[in-house]
Amino acid sequence: MIDPHLQHVPRLGRHPSRFRLAGTPVITVMLGSLATALPVIAQSPVMPPFGLLLLLSWRLLRPELWRTWIGVPLGLFDDIASGQPIGSAMCLWTIMLIGIDAIEHRMVWRSYRQDWLIAAIAIIFCIAGGVFFARITGGGDIKLLLVAPQMVWTVLLFPFVVRQCARIDRWRVMA
Amino acid sequence: MARPPSRRPGHNRKAQYSLFASYVVAMTGAAVGLLLVVVAIFDPTGFAAIRIATAEVTRPASVTLKNMVSGVSSVDEVLASYWHAGSQNVALRRQVENDRNRIIEAKAVAQENLRLKKLLKLVEDDGSELLTARLIASSSTSTRRLARLNAGRWQGVRPGMPVRAPEGLIGRIHTTTPNTAEVLLLTDASNIVPVRRANDSVPAISTGLGDGTLEIRALAAGRNPFKPGDLLVTSGVGGVYQPNIPVAVIVRIAGEIAYGVPLANPSKVDAVVVERSFEEAVTRPEGSATTAPVVPEAAQNAAAP
Repeated sequence: MIDPHLQHVPRLGRHPSRFRLAGTPVITVMLGSLATALPVIAQSPVMPPFGLLLLLSWRLLRPELWRTWIGVPLGLFDDIASGQPIGSAMCLWTIMLIGIDAIEHRMVWRSYRQDWLIAAIAIIFCIAGGVFFARITGGGDIKLLLVAPQMVWTVLLFPFVVRQCARIDRWRVMA
Repeated sequence: MARPPSRRPGHNRKAQYSLFASYVVAMTGAAVGLLLVVVAIFDPTGFAAIRIATAEVTRPASVTLKNMVSGVSSVDEVLASYWHAGSQNVALRRQVENDRNRIIEAKAVAQENLRLKKLLKLVEDDGSELLTARLIASSSTSTRRLARLNAGRWQGVRPGMPVRAPEGLIGRIHTTTPNTAEVLLLTDASNIVPVRRANDSVPAISTGLGDGTLEIRALAAGRNPFKPGDLLVTSGVGGVYQPNIPVAVIVRIAGEIAYGVPLANPSKVDAVVVERSFEEAVTRPEGSATTAPVVPEAAQNAAAP
């Protein structure tokens, strides 16, 4: 069966609006951060951080889309929505984006697997950093083992999210 | 696949400066974030005001979704109960036989209590109940265990107020916005509750572990007095929680520490009750909601052994 999206034909001479081009990625990341508004009263940190996943997907799909400072406003929004101490994702996401920039210059070959590896390291870094920040701001003594399941399925979810991101990206650039 | 196009701008001066500036902005932003976290070490609820907008905007969506899913949220429980259906049936039937006698005894005790209370002319109504609301969302991605309550400052909710369900204690109010409030759940690692064993008042302290269980430490030195199956209720020490709210049941013992499971599951309860702080309910029963005693997290942590 042919993917219905492939039947969409871009019209010649038409361009998507600037808002669609620049706004779509930002809005999807913010919606991902707002996944915590779902009416799930969790007993342990189980939900994957969708904001982080979407940010990583966009960054690895479209390296030229954002400069590294985008981690500051998007991270701030994620902190507001997630219940982490404010400043936590702001700091971690920006450091992560700078780190990805640094790695990207040094890698000669890049394919899907390297992207996944980069994403896995970034996810583990951000979740572990989040635990550390929550601990020093009065969150009590939390062991890293508690977030290990969350790390595992966030890493496993990355390929799915990056595909959905690519799908949205196709819609974004086609008028 | 070869590597993506380099972001190095070549010899274009303007592009070079622009890239450099973007890194400077990013570094500054990260440093500001770190600074905010450092500030939060000393004042955990300091920047809570920034959260007002998102909390208020997402409230209607969360409430609508909550109304839709409250019926299906226990599907897992229904499926799991089929697993041991046969042996469970026998065990439960035996338990019912045992409980029947207990219920008759309890009825007699209740009647006697009523009679004695009439003799003493005790007044049971302490007016501590403030309002009933629902939990609509939670910090499901974070290690902090915060749930969002569908009532806030405009409804009279203040930080520090205890929150309970009919089954037992849920937690206490952490921060408030005009129409929502964040509840620090019992299972958050920073929530410390003074408790006692229900039948013989052995004092202990309950701390959340962040994974849905509690760590119970007895205050008395020496051998661990708890055994699996013990019921814990609040002791009323500290002035935040009313005495005798059911808290947890002990499930496991490991050396000096006992592990318990909260009696009220925040994801299953339909509605929760916000109460006035115990101290306030006792000392100033009328019109003192504006001066709710806020128990700072640091002070509570310091009280732990």
